[in-house]
Order: sequence, then C-alpha cells, then structure tokens
Amino acid sequence: MSIELKMPALSPTMEEGTLARWLKQEGDAIGIGDVIAEIETDKATMEFEAIDEGTLGKILVAEGAEGVKVGTVIALLATDGEDVSAAAEPTAEPAVVAPAAEPVEAPAPQTAKPTSQPVSDPQIPAGTGFTSTPVREALRDAMAEEMRRDGRVFVMGEEVAEYQGAYKVTQGLLEEFGPKRVIDTPITEYGFAGIGTGAAMGGLRPIVEFMTFNFAMQAIDHIINSAAKTNYMSGGQMRCPIVFRGPNGAASRVGAQHSQNYGPWYANVPGLIVIAPYDSADAKGLMKAAIRSDDPVVFLENELVYGRSFDVPDLDDYVLPIGKARIVRQGSDVTIVSYSIGVGFALDAAQQLSEQGIDAEVVDLRTLRPLDRQTILESLAKTNRLVIAEEGWPTCSIASEVMAICMEDGFDHLDAPVLRVCDEDVPLPYAANLEKLALIDAARIVAAVRKVCYAD
Amino acid sequence: MAKPANSRKTKPRTDAAEDQDFALHSLQETHERSPRYAASAEEMLTFYEQMLLIRRFEEKAGQLYGLGLIGGFCHLYIGQEAVAIGLQSALDGERDSVITGYRDHGHMLAYGIDPDVIMAELTGRQAGISHGKGGSMHMFSTRHKFYGGHGIVGAQVALGGGLALAHKYQEDGGLCLAYFGDGAANQGQVYETFNMASLWKLPIVFVVENNQYAMGTAVRRSSAETEFYRRGTAFRIPGMKVNGMDVLEVRSAAEIAFAHVRAGNGPVLMECSTYRYRGHSMSDPAKYRTREEVQDVREHKDPIEGLKKMLIDQGRTEGDLKEIDKAIRARVAQAADFAENSPQPHPDELYTDILVGEY
Repeated sequence: MSIELKMPALSPTMEEGTLARWLKQEGDAIGIGDVIAEIETDKATMEFEAIDEGTLGKILVAEGAEGVKVGTVIALLATDGEDVSAAAEPTAEPAVVAPAAEPVEAPAPQTAKPTSQPVSDPQIPAGTGFTSTPVREALRDAMAEEMRRDGRVFVMGEEVAEYQGAYKVTQGLLEEFGPKRVIDTPITEYGFAGIGTGAAMGGLRPIVEFMTFNFAMQAIDHIINSAAKTNYMSGGQMRCPIVFRGPNGAASRVGAQHSQNYGPWYANVPGLIVIAPYDSADAKGLMKAAIRSDDPVVFLENELVYGRSFDVPDLDDYVLPIGKARIVRQGSDVTIVSYSIGVGFALDAAQQLSEQGIDAEVVDLRTLRPLDRQTILESLAKTNRLVIAEEGWPTCSIASEVMAICMEDGFDHLDAPVLRVCDEDVPLPYAANLEKLALIDAARIVAAVRKVCYAD
Repeated sequence: MAKPANSRKTKPRTDAAEDQDFALHSLQETHERSPRYAASAEEMLTFYEQMLLIRRFEEKAGQLYGLGLIGGFCHLYIGQEAVAIGLQSALDGERDSVITGYRDHGHMLAYGIDPDVIMAELTGRQAGISHGKGGSMHMFSTRHKFYGGHGIVGAQVALGGGLALAHKYQEDGGLCLAYFGDGAANQGQVYETFNMASLWKLPIVFVVENNQYAMGTAVRRSSAETEFYRRGTAFRIPGMKVNGMDVLEVRSAAEIAFAHVRAGNGPVLMECSTYRYRGHSMSDPAKYRTREEVQDVREHKDPIEGLKKMLIDQGRTEGDLKEIDKAIRARVAQAADFAENSPQPHPDELYTDILVGEY
C-alpha cells in the first residue's frame, strides 16, 4: 500500500509553509527517522522525518513551493516493496486540516456555573446560649471539631504544632491530635503547599496554614495551577479538598511586604472557593464548611481581628453555608457592603450615620467566591444607594466587582453612583501617620455614604 | 522576615551510629552488582510490546499533529520508553501512585490505559480521558492512581510528595513514583520537596528522566551538577544512576528502590539516563544538537532495538516480531481513527467540573 505524505503543521499556529528542499528523490529507499524534506515556517526551518519505511514514490509538490497548506499531499511513500510510480495521484483537494473549523454552537454566556441557591444560615434554636469567643479560638474550635469528626483532616504549616501557631490559632491541637495530624513544616511555602495539595489529591483533607498570606505568594502556583484547575482538566476525575488558611490584609506597622489583601487575587480564579469572615460565629461556621467542602478553599483571616471577641452559639455542630452573604445590620437609606475587617469599620460608620439621621444597612459578603449577587442586589433594591468598603487596593478589587454587579443588574435601582472606599493605591508605608493615611476607616465610609445620600 | 522566633531547643542528634552506616550510594552498589532484571521470556515480550506501543502511538500522535488534528503543545516520549515501562512494571497497581509532567502519554500507556481515550484527549474530543478539557499535558486516571499529567515544570514533584504523605498517613503500604526531567531538576520546589520527603521519611521514588535537554538547553549548559542522582545527598536521599535505555536495567533498579522505600527508609532519587529523539515539543526544530548525535543514539542505544536483539537471541524470529509490530500499528491506527471521528465536547462541558459542590 502507499501512504500519503502530507504537509505537516510544525507549530500550534502554522497554517502553511514553504517546501524548501527535498532531501530524498523519487525511488529512494526511506527508513524510519530519515529526513525527507525541509519545511520552512515563519519561525524556523524544520526537518520532515519519515515515520514509516518504504520507497519514495511520486513527489507532488516541487521544491521551493511557497504557501503550501498544511494537510496537502506532498508525496507518496510505497511500503512493502510496492511500486507507486504508477499509482494514481490522489485527488487534488487538501485534507481537512482542523476539526475546529467545523462551527460549534456557541454556549450562552454565563458568569458562573448554575447552582442551586445556597441554603440560608441555620436557625439557632430558642434558648441556645452564646459564648463570647475570640476569633482565633473560634477558628481553632472549628478545626478541632472537624479533626475529631474526620480522621483525614490534618493541619500543616510553619510553627503550627510545637510553637502552638505563630498567631496561636492552632493552640492545643498538637496536644489533642499528635504530630501525625499537626505537622510542623520547614519554612518552605511552595514545597508544603504542593505537598498539601498532593495529599488532598491522594484522599486526605489538609488544612495548610500560611503564617501570613503574604508568604503564600511563594506558593500561589500550587493554589491556582494545581489545586484550582485539576478537577476541570481531568474531566471531573481529580479532587482537591484542601483549605489554605492564614491571616490576610494589613496588620500593624509591618510594612509593604507583609500587608496586602489577596482577596481579589484568589477571587479571580474559577475552581477556588474564597472565604473572608469577620466575626467569631462566621469564622467558626465557615471554617467547618470549608473543611467539609470537596473543593479547594482559600480562607482569609485577619490578624487584627483574631483577638476580638464575638458571641458564638453553643451548638454542637454549627456549620454555615458557603457563598451566602449576611445582613449584619438592617437599614433603609443606604447599603454598605464589606467583608473581613472592613465590616467592623462599616458597623462603626453605620453607628455614626444613625446619629446623623442616616439609616445604613451593612452587608457582610463573608464569601468572596462565589459572590452572593442576590443579597447585594436585594439590599440595593431596598436602599437604592450603595457604598463598598474594602481594606485593600481599589484597582481590580472586590469593590470593582460589586460595582460591576450593580451596573449590570441593579442599574434601575440606583439613585446615586456606587462609591468605593478602599485603601490608598500605594504600597503600605511603615510610618504610623502614613499607614493611617493609607488604610480605610469609618470616617471615610461615613463621608462616602453622605455623598451617595447627597447629604452635604 | 516576621517569623516569630522559635524558642524550641534543638535536640542533639543521637544517630551518629546510623550515620556511619549510612551510605548514599548503597543502593547503587546493589544495582551494579546485578544490573539487569532476570525477566522471563514472557515478561520480555510484554516489555517489548508495551514499548513498541508507546513508540507507534507517539509516531502517530506526531502525524496527527502534523495534520492539525492535535493542537497546542505535544511532547513525545519517543526514545524514553524503557524508563516508564521498566519502572511501572515493578509497581503494585493496587497501592502505588504515579505522577509526572507534561510528557505523559507513555506513562499512561504503560498502565495499559486504552489508547483510544488517550488519543481522543490529544484531539480534544468528548471521549478523551479528560473529556477534551485537559489535552496532551493534562491527563489523569484516578482509577489507576495516575495523578497527571502536569503542565508546570516541577510542580509534580511537590504534588508527588503529597501523594506519598497520603500513602504514609493512610498506612496503605503504597509508594509514589514521581517523574521529572533534567530541566525540572533545577526548580527550587524539587529541593523543598526532597527536604520534607527525607525529613518525614515519605514513601516516594523521585525519578529524573535525564533526556539530556531542557527544551533546547543541554544539561551541561543548565546544571552545575550534571550527575542528578547526587543531588539528593544534601538531603540524605540515596541516589541511583541507571541506564534508562535498557528496560531490564530500569526494572532491576526499580525493584531495589521500591524495596528500600517500602521498608520505611524514606525516598530514593533515581536518575535514568535517556534520550528523546524528537524535539522538546512538536514545534521544536531541534537545532541545538546534530542530526548525527540523534542518529547515533538511535542506532546504538535504542531501547526497543536492544530488546529486539535479545528476543531474537532467545529464539524469536523476525517474522514473529513483525507480526507484533503489525498488530500494534493496527491498534494505534484504530485509536487514531477513533480520535479523529469522535465528536467534540458538548458546549455544556464548558461549565462542568469547575467545582464539586453547589454553593
């Protein structure tokens, strides 16, 4: 039989090329790996190797021919000693090149996978007691409860075990669960983020603590390329149930490299869940949900909030829904949307505004991805004015995203432009006065709210 | 650096005696004493068929790429077949896991995974093993404990460390075989993983497939230490240097390494010296080496030709082997037809497999 030798595509983008030179002539014996011809593309000259053995039959495209389309038959190769000089020439039409040429029906644009509505927060039974608990202990309690519940859950990170946590979030875990499940790592973020991710792929449920998310920049490749995308790339075979957690955002006087909010970075990535709670009950309920999730979760805490105490319901198993915002203060005149430490500033601002006769509603997003558009838009429909407060840079931020949602789906409800209150667009300075100038505070939120209410 | 100071006292090392016994080259010595696996005639024939399947599959993939049926990046395994077959034939398929980089077709075929679904992934079809959403570099088979197929150079080493941690944590007796190239061997995370894997005595065999070129950069131009098996020394990981062009040598080394790891001794670093005949990817004109260099390896070191000679010495005829080749060519042609004629993914696939849960 004879084999058609076709003009090869030698790069992902090549559509045609020049047949620069024939290195074999009609009648020559061809062995596997022999170079038959040289093909020139706009990028390189490449050798065209035989992958079958035989005798070169008719040459159909002459040396020097330019613009030869990929897939064109350029010569015939006779195998098994057959003589092809007499063989009929193939029909002139070039082979179909790429199947992609066949038009596919374009799917309707969609911003997210359609999902059922998140369930609401669980009802807290009447008579339930509450215990004032610092955020760091609420997080610890959540991890300990889930570790008791599921033997696959373990914690790894720098100083999480013997040192009891750089910020004491893992305090007491080593004592209860032992070194197999509370693992001190060397200072090697890229490495242990990869090991944690691989362990999740292998069937465990790791909680990887970053001493701060600033150090997770060393590891962001595994969070995004390995953890977030593998389920998709495997057609749904691979799982990566992992929680990456640690403090995020500005702390206090630690300078630019240790003060950054990564919420918008991770919230940009399909395949990740991103959670950033404010108070102790949300921290506990969402941490438990994050550990139980079958998806990779980035759980952003805040060092300045760790020591603040809030009521946590005395329930055995308090789990909150991921992807659901919470109205932390009801109001009718304006909506303030925030998350993490920003919620504290928003509540302070709402208090000051109420003294000025403005009744503000405060929405805590709690989850940054998937973002609860519905709660934002319902609040906007009620108040018709909206301000976003975010402890982070303004450009390409969660604030930008919320503004886009309001424009796209809430435009008819707006009585004023949406405003954002973010950190100044500068690396965070060290000097006390400059740092204060750079970060958001309640006063700036009050000013923005007064502006959208046309109160001045 | 704002890492809080660690007040913990450093424990004095008490394993001085162990140190005297510790020989980083002890596994290599064992390997050199008996470098070749004593394969039965049947096993040798199986190795031959498996390697030939990879060779013919990759040749066909190259052809389909040339026809525009395969897009993007496509890295062929031609020349390196003995490494995957030698190592993976020694695995315990029930327990052990494998992870590699983007040059992954051969490792999947070594598992006996259906060539149809691999080829259909290369052509981006619904029937592909990742439903057309992964492509050449991103293929997985969790059923076989094959965890990819990773496109970021070196990432699979740390992920492999995690798979090994999971084996140890679950006490399932398994080990992880983590392959990477001489190029990936210069990534920092490889050494971060060496450190933790050795510190925690993880059951993992690190395999450097040294095919002499990191894309277009020859080993001697990229690496201060070109003897990669020595690079575990700083982490107390024993090294082995293995002829990766001889499937029986690779198999023998695999057994020594696996036994060491399964005994709870921690990782092994195995360098397999091999060679890729084709460019780094399909779009590589390979101008960084001479044609004679490639031809010399093909003629004198080819892993398939080498085994073929042994089979013939054992009494197989050219005709027997030609029949095998014919059957494999037909099998590969069938895979190519399947891959060419399978439908493209349904547009709905765009939105599936992003998250597992509903939120």
